[in-house]
Amino acid sequence: MSPRLRMLAGRGGRYLLLCAMVVVSLGPFAWQLLTSLKGAQEPIYGADATWLPQHPTLANYAAVADTVPVWRYAGNSLIVAVANVLTNCLFGAMAGYALARMRFRGRGAVFAAVLASLVVPFEVIMVSVFLTVKGIGLVDTLAGVLLPGAITGLSIMVLRTGFLALPREIEEAAVIDGAGEWSRFWRVALPSVRGSLAVVAVFSFLFAWDDFLWPLIVLKDPDNYTLTIGLQYLSGTFTNDQRTIAAGTMIAVLPLIIVFLGLQRLFFRGVGEGGVKG
Amino acid sequence: MTGRRWYVPWLFLTPALALAALVMWGPLANTAVLAFTDARALGGGRFNGVANFARIGTDADFWQALGNTVTYMLVVVPALVLLPLLLAMLVYGKLPGIGAFRALFYTPVVASMVVVGLIFSWVLRSDGVVNAVLLRLKVVAEPLPFLTDSTLLLFSCMLVTIWKGLGYYMVIYLAALANVPGDVLEAATVDGAGPVRRFWSVTVPLVRPTMVLVGTLSAISAAKIFAEIYIMSDGSGGPGGEAKSMVFYIREVGLGVDGEIGYASALSLVLLAGTLAFSALSLKLRRRNEEGAHA
Repeated sequence: MSPRLRMLAGRGGRYLLLCAMVVVSLGPFAWQLLTSLKGAQEPIYGADATWLPQHPTLANYAAVADTVPVWRYAGNSLIVAVANVLTNCLFGAMAGYALARMRFRGRGAVFAAVLASLVVPFEVIMVSVFLTVKGIGLVDTLAGVLLPGAITGLSIMVLRTGFLALPREIEEAAVIDGAGEWSRFWRVALPSVRGSLAVVAVFSFLFAWDDFLWPLIVLKDPDNYTLTIGLQYLSGTFTNDQRTIAAGTMIAVLPLIIVFLGLQRLFFRGVGEGGVKG
Repeated sequence: MTGRRWYVPWLFLTPALALAALVMWGPLANTAVLAFTDARALGGGRFNGVANFARIGTDADFWQALGNTVTYMLVVVPALVLLPLLLAMLVYGKLPGIGAFRALFYTPVVASMVVVGLIFSWVLRSDGVVNAVLLRLKVVAEPLPFLTDSTLLLFSCMLVTIWKGLGYYMVIYLAALANVPGDVLEAATVDGAGPVRRFWSVTVPLVRPTMVLVGTLSAISAAKIFAEIYIMSDGSGGPGGEAKSMVFYIREVGLGVDGEIGYASALSLVLLAGTLAFSALSLKLRRRNEEGAHA
């Protein structure tokens, strides 16, 4: 074989492997999506089930909304996720800015505390966090759901890294203009770390949206469920209707997949720049 | 800078520190104290020395949960150190459309564990599509009880963890591969090293620090495994609860009907010790790697 032919063959083999991996990665989602579109009379179990729905229908999606308040659950998840994005970006940036750009007594101790918080898993403290949240009367509320994720050590560290990279001159010009601490932070520093903010926003959103363990602990009343808990509830209550469950999971995951695939360029660039390195 | 009032940095830090104190440091300190008491959801709370820790020694449920968690790690960690590296090599470099493949492989990471767990319970049930294929190919004579046999259930959960983790660790490896000089690989190719040889003698040594990192991250998340088992067993922890993990058991003890908060806190400290041990080990290994690199 000539080298050129060998290269082409190698490339062909690589694409073949890549496509096989796409089937592995997305096959289960596709199977679930197609199941959610199958009519009530179609076989969905065992060997009789076909890939493509013979009578495609959206009835299963209507059925989810009829059985559980799925839009309300999605709204609850959205409130928690957006609130966590805002608190992590704002409070994380404020703390990261102080740690990166200010000299003060006790800075080393605060930095050590933030660093140490990265190695304490939430699972270790969940029982005590529940007691705390119960103590301030937030059990079974969305405020209780969002509280533990409102600020994370990771957000502070990512934003601190972003602020460390800012050149001194940017701030000095603002000092000469007579800008106070807050306006330097808000008008000059914050807009310069957009990349880090995007990373923190994406991770806070995904973490809050996908979280299962904590909402499972803190929420009791089905009206307050977030989407993940609501789905588990749907599947636990209506195990016999796989089409409905499939539709429910698609409602939870499709918007996320679409947004992710739309923003993936930005996302991978942000991850590369955001200091999420070994 | 001069003329700065001393309290200004603290104004910037207050919201983050106040929240962290409320939901992180306070509860951690509380856990450490409660572990030495007989606190329950209703009453109790007296100091009882190391009674909780003594109880752990004879608690068969704990040992089972620990055994399950350790087994989990022994399978999942090596798989997640090696497979995402191979995947990263597959999507590494400039090739038409390669970016799209990267994004597609990352998609399972974005999906919530609940969605993934429900999909796999659906695919793996005894009359599900996997069993249908196995039956048709005559690999098995009867459907495999992926979800209703404790051992197979645990195995199925491992499969889900590995499947969902592939894309996440792939991205970490991609960052590491970007730092591997291309000419080293080319030189090895010119020297006649085949792909397998190149992988073990060139790529692996160069990304070893990242392999340690991925090993640590996957070990720590495997130690905290919960959602997979909860969802795939429909909240039961498998038949007779035999597939419970550590976190599953802690939640059951501390937040269940009895609410044995003191005992659950002691169990939590054991979990903390375990995860800290992995972090420390990783740090040590990475230090050694760095020293090796500079030598």
